[in-house]
Amino acid sequence: MRRSPVRDFLVGCFVLVGIAAIAYLSLRVGGLASGPPGGFTVYATFDEIGGLKPRAAVVVSGVKVGQVKSIALDKTYRARVEMDLDPHVQLPVDTSASIVTSGVLGDRYIQLQLGGDPELVKNGEEVGFTESAVILERMIGKFIHNVGVDKGEKTDKKEESP
Amino acid sequence: MAFGRRPVFQDLSCRFPRSRVSVILGGSGSGKSTMLRLIGGLVGPTGGRILVDGDDVAAMSERELFQVRRKLGMMFQGGALLDSLSVYDNLALPLREQGELSEAEIADEVHDRIRAVGLDDVDALLPGQLSGGMVKRVALARAIIRRPVILLVDEPFSGLDPISTRRIETLLVDVNRRSGITMLIVSHDVPSTMRMADWITLLLPHRAVEGEPHALATSGESDVREFLGATQGAA
Amino acid sequence: MSVAWVQDLGAIALGFVSDLGRFGGFTAHLARVTFAPPLRLRAFVDEVYKLGVLSIIIITVCGLAVGMVLGLQGYNTLARFGATNSLGAVVGLSLIRELGPVLTALLATGRAGSATAAEIGTMVATEQLDGLRMMSVDPVHYVVMPRTYAMIVVMPLLSAMFIVMGLFGGYLVGAGLMGVDGGAYLSSIESSIDFYDDVLGSLLKALVFGVLVGLIATYRGYTSAPTSAGVSASTTSTVVVGSVTILLVDYVITALWGV
Repeated sequence: MRRSPVRDFLVGCFVLVGIAAIAYLSLRVGGLASGPPGGFTVYATFDEIGGLKPRAAVVVSGVKVGQVKSIALDKTYRARVEMDLDPHVQLPVDTSASIVTSGVLGDRYIQLQLGGDPELVKNGEEVGFTESAVILERMIGKFIHNVGVDKGEKTDKKEESP
Repeated sequence: MAFGRRPVFQDLSCRFPRSRVSVILGGSGSGKSTMLRLIGGLVGPTGGRILVDGDDVAAMSERELFQVRRKLGMMFQGGALLDSLSVYDNLALPLREQGELSEAEIADEVHDRIRAVGLDDVDALLPGQLSGGMVKRVALARAIIRRPVILLVDEPFSGLDPISTRRIETLLVDVNRRSGITMLIVSHDVPSTMRMADWITLLLPHRAVEGEPHALATSGESDVREFLGATQGAA
Repeated sequence: MSVAWVQDLGAIALGFVSDLGRFGGFTAHLARVTFAPPLRLRAFVDEVYKLGVLSIIIITVCGLAVGMVLGLQGYNTLARFGATNSLGAVVGLSLIRELGPVLTALLATGRAGSATAAEIGTMVATEQLDGLRMMSVDPVHYVVMPRTYAMIVVMPLLSAMFIVMGLFGGYLVGAGLMGVDGGAYLSSIESSIDFYDDVLGSLLKALVFGVLVGLIATYRGYTSAPTSAGVSASTTSTVVVGSVTILLVDYVITALWGV
């Protein structure tokens, strides 16, 4: 093959464009490593985590401050979630962690509601309060059950009063 | 020696004299090119030994063959030049791959061979831009660039007009006389064979006959004489 | 009753297995010579040009077209559930997980794969590979190696380009034509696609396909019969075998990756 600087240039461009495409997909679309630096470990124990997965976001006031590192069952069979947070975040010990859903059918993530206690959570400690995940199916089931009970009560009352 | 189920030749034994021009003659399908490929180790025999300067190539692995081939040069029928490389790069390739010479030394060797085959100013041309005769010359230059001991030539005159044929014939003999390379030439052209060969190996349908040209031409066996005399048009 | 067909079937099966064996030997040979000098960087760059740069047009145009179709089809389906804001997710997930790597590989097999097989096959037919052997040059090292590695490198790059063009195509149709909010489209993509689950698997698939197509195309060319019919047969075989292999391996990877 003849040495052709034009060819080499085109190959270089091709490779650059390809890498740019991969980078776009990985960083902007896929969200790779776009989060804040970690290092600050905080735990939260829930009765029910719903569909929460590792690498789910941990959010304060709508801003991502870290992600879920791991999830395990503790001795009382409650779910202990390990969160890897930005070391600059300061959490009072009465902070509440709740598991919320993005949208109606979206992924689960953890939302931290800061408390007012002057004492702060230290590395490796637990958050004060937790609110478990809401399971949609159970809510619907409850709703249907309540409707049935109401109806039953009404008819009973009707029968009672002459 | 057989390809699949079709035997090309059986029970063949022949030898070629050192530093001489030997021509392997035979009709089409007689297996002349196959013999050349056997010697070069490009195909393996179904049985027997092939001794090249003392080494049995029939029993060698591909890696061992690479070493033996340093002593060989092969000029292919169609040239077999790499059509994406210039003439210069084609000739330089074996030297570059060997990795023992500098670019300047390679340039000297390349230009020396180009002159030796009677060409000039062809460095930058591509094989596709060469005439038939020029392709043969370049192929010859490439075959001798590593100064081989034995040169294998496959049908050097195929596709050439009578004048070009004479030229290539003269060139081959010239190379042999000047450098003493043992030449094994496969050909179907009897007149040029009779002119240039020191030794002839004739492959006939059921046997092989070898000897000096004159001896064979006046052989007692009729089919030998017939083959050599049949195309005895222009002597 | 004639049982000749049983024999034929057996012969085909045996032929298939021994062909597979030869392919394995070929791959092993390539692996063995890969790290031997010289590096053949120039040849590698030339091959990246032939396989990659020359495929850009077909990849970007098809990527755009596929993205547009996905946008259209996706919109029609989502509109029934009033969920058109998730169009980005639908287009993105389809492209990244499956259509990007698979379609890119199929297109590459057809264009670059067949070109490689034809090129090498022609070299066999014109005795160029034998010529190399006689000069003590290993044809696998000289011809096959740069082409195979170029294909491996090129495939993920082309796949990513295909996907990006597809996302754009979906945007053109969704936001430009059907009235989906552009911002919703983009954020829907970003929120539903995870690097580890989706993008990494996509790149991995593209890489594996690159290896397969590279090996199949060069193998077919290398073992082609030294006639024009032989070259033609090896080119066709590259496309057929390559395409089927891609689709089968795609299933295996998808199942294993858990995507």
